[in-house]
Amino acid sequence: MFARIRHRLLRMHSPRAWMAVGIAAAVLLLLLPISNGLIPAKSAFHLPDYLVPLLGKFLCFGLAALAMDLVWGFAGILSLGHGLFFALGGYAIGMYLMRSIEGEGVYRSTLPDFMVFLDWKTLPWYWRGFDHFPYALAAALLGPALLAFLFGYLAFRSKIKGVYFSIVTQALTYAAMLLFFQNAAGFGGNNGMTDFKRILGYSLQAPSTRLALFMASGLALLLSYLSCRYIITSKLGRVVTAIRDAELKSRFCGYESTHYKLFIWTFSAILCALAGALYVPQVGIINPSEMQPSNSIEMAIWVAVGGRGSLSGAVLGAWIINGGKSWLTAVFPSAWLYVLGTLFIVVTLFLPKGVAGAWATLTRRWGK
Amino acid sequence: MNSHLPHAASPRRLASLLAASFTLLVAAATVSAGALDESLRDLASPDSEIVERTLTQIGSRGDELAIPALEALCDGRLLAGPDGTLYFKAPRERTLRSAVTGAPVDPQPSGVREVEVNNQVRRLALPVLAQLKLKSSSESVRLAAAQELAERGSDEAAILLRTALDKEPSAKVRDFLTLALARFDLQSETAQRQMAGLRVANNLGTPSLKGEIGRLAAASNPNLEVRKEAGLVLEVIESRQRRIDMLGALFHGLSLGSILLLAALGLAVTFGLLGVINMAHGEMLMIGAYTTYAVQMAFEHWMPGALRFYLLAAVPLSFLSTFLAGVVLERTIIRFLYGRPLETLLATWGISLVLIQTVRLIFGAQNVAVANPTWLGGGVEIAHGLVLPYSRIAVIIFAIVVTIAVWALLQRTRLGLQVRAVTQNRSMAACLGIATTRIDMWMFGLGSGIAGLGGVALSQIGNVGPELGQTYIIDSFMVVVVGGVGRLAGSIVASLGLGLINEILEPFAGAVLGKITVLVMIILFIQRRPQGLFTLKGRIEA
Repeated sequence: MFARIRHRLLRMHSPRAWMAVGIAAAVLLLLLPISNGLIPAKSAFHLPDYLVPLLGKFLCFGLAALAMDLVWGFAGILSLGHGLFFALGGYAIGMYLMRSIEGEGVYRSTLPDFMVFLDWKTLPWYWRGFDHFPYALAAALLGPALLAFLFGYLAFRSKIKGVYFSIVTQALTYAAMLLFFQNAAGFGGNNGMTDFKRILGYSLQAPSTRLALFMASGLALLLSYLSCRYIITSKLGRVVTAIRDAELKSRFCGYESTHYKLFIWTFSAILCALAGALYVPQVGIINPSEMQPSNSIEMAIWVAVGGRGSLSGAVLGAWIINGGKSWLTAVFPSAWLYVLGTLFIVVTLFLPKGVAGAWATLTRRWGK
Repeated sequence: MNSHLPHAASPRRLASLLAASFTLLVAAATVSAGALDESLRDLASPDSEIVERTLTQIGSRGDELAIPALEALCDGRLLAGPDGTLYFKAPRERTLRSAVTGAPVDPQPSGVREVEVNNQVRRLALPVLAQLKLKSSSESVRLAAAQELAERGSDEAAILLRTALDKEPSAKVRDFLTLALARFDLQSETAQRQMAGLRVANNLGTPSLKGEIGRLAAASNPNLEVRKEAGLVLEVIESRQRRIDMLGALFHGLSLGSILLLAALGLAVTFGLLGVINMAHGEMLMIGAYTTYAVQMAFEHWMPGALRFYLLAAVPLSFLSTFLAGVVLERTIIRFLYGRPLETLLATWGISLVLIQTVRLIFGAQNVAVANPTWLGGGVEIAHGLVLPYSRIAVIIFAIVVTIAVWALLQRTRLGLQVRAVTQNRSMAACLGIATTRIDMWMFGLGSGIAGLGGVALSQIGNVGPELGQTYIIDSFMVVVVGGVGRLAGSIVASLGLGLINEILEPFAGAVLGKITVLVMIILFIQRRPQGLFTLKGRIEA
């Protein structure tokens, strides 16, 4: 029994790679929290409070990149709709956070402020239950999963693939964005939801809550990474990769490609929704602009820069680009779109396997 | 007496001057001013009987030139010089004008006094003035007078309007007079006149009388016959109104569809031929629109006299600039990505970001103002309340012309033949000696150029801003998805269909829900026909 588990774990990663995972886990779950919480503020090793939510945000982006890489890198499906799943997960948690400040809004009403503003008297049916955290969390993950499943079922069944699939997912996201922009939809319209105060009774402004959210994001990223790794090293993962490379041939071998793609697609949507759910309490706002087509495409470029088909590369790509974005938009705002645009072009032309691929090539050359 | 002479002589001197330099017509009018001068002088008489007689005379003579003087008299702006010459002060002006010619007088006369006017004179002068205006040779003056009278709504006004209607030459003014008289009738108290008004309203069918008819059709009206008739007429008018609204929506949809068609035509060419999803295609629209703007600015700066023709220069220039942009993109980036459609999608998205940011840096992030040239301003009113703007009509015609040109290029030229061959079977076409890479380049340029033309059209009916392309790109992709690849007919049907459905759904569902419905419908549609409405066996399916 133990030998089998050991064997399976070694199939996931080489011992050296496991070591790297362990180090990453130690940094995310021990080192950084200790540096923020226990080391005194004067020390050079202290992680300032303001950086915690920023890094937490990056972890969420990394998780989204992971989800994106799973469908694009391993199943060959370029989704331009992952921004939608991300935002939906965020909205579900946002609804919980709104309900938890019941009666503390500007109007002192039991309804969220924007509903009072619209002169609504009762909570819409789809808002019921969101005052319970477990329900909200389940909705954050299962709602997007259901949408992804239905959409994927319809799309894969009618053999929509390649750019067609990308365009249709983009249209879906766009339609959802227009819907959420509507005040009548009941999600706060343009402004979305903000002014959150506490989660599970803990103040969102307190450094300890922020640190806890950061650690939750780190844990989620690690576990998601491992489960993605588990999937792609399983037989199912092999079939998915085979379908990516030669769908017709795998169908002839007896694999129902629709089911495999549907599973990967839905699982990826859940991961992305989880990222969104962790993201919203840390940034304190959710609005429809998260569903902009450009956001979804940006996720694709995280993966492309990091390295398609390399899970750790995708996470790294998300960090590189978002780090660059945070830095450049502060230093030289008008240059950011140029950099991003050029990245899209340069990476697709010269670095088809991204940073991870370039790194692998380099190490192989040195090894010789 | 010395000071009197130049004034007395001035009309005649002016007359000879005008006769020499302007047309005979003007001269004749000014000469008759001499006779008018005599009668106008009597208006300043302290004897009100003389004034009344003069007014009647002017009214019966129907002399249009007396209008400014009479207007001034009613408003108390009429002034008399010590010699009896009349002047008036135009509103918001300091200099005096001669009451006879209407021209400013120089030097300013001294010792003028206000001509006194009592209510009796004013009561007499107003109908005379209206009468004169209704007989005026200028259509706009007649219309304004009719409007003024219609607003007054007295019985005398109705009589004046009725006499004017018989002699009115202009259809526009006649329409207005008919409408005003019908309104008088509907507002009257006698059933006979109300019925007459209803008959006229029924023929006219305008919604502007709905209020009056509604009052007659209300349950409070004791006359059953009139009430029933009014109800019927009201229904006729309302159904007519619905038809007109529908037609308006159809027309809007058609012009929107034309823009979509121009955007999608280019996309269909590049996607159909190269299998390339060009996310920067929307930015070609934007470049086309901004080129139009630049051309407009250049005309304003260097040849303002020819500004009305800027659009004629903008069409070829926009095509050229986007064509070149397309060729450059194809040569430098896209040709390295053939066969990798997903990567092309990302790379072209990057291109679009760079283009947007460049335009933002050059022209600013705000929308820029592209004005319709004067000959595209206004519109044709095909029914009451339905005005088709010339700019939208021009856009539709333009789209038709471009579509025909593209069709002819693809079906009737050697290049088109080669393009179709490459679309159907690239390697076989290459074997037959067609330079496929050159065809690729030309076609990418052409597709972009067509989008540039779409940008010109768009600049005439929509906003021009850096994000213009982004708003159209998803719609035009939908056109290509629905219409299928490589077939012009598919693009045409799909773009017009989408434009129409968008506009028709709008009144029921609102702009946004209409759009969402369309997108959901498309997603369901491709369930049935994944290859679009019209399909062509080509490189995409292979």
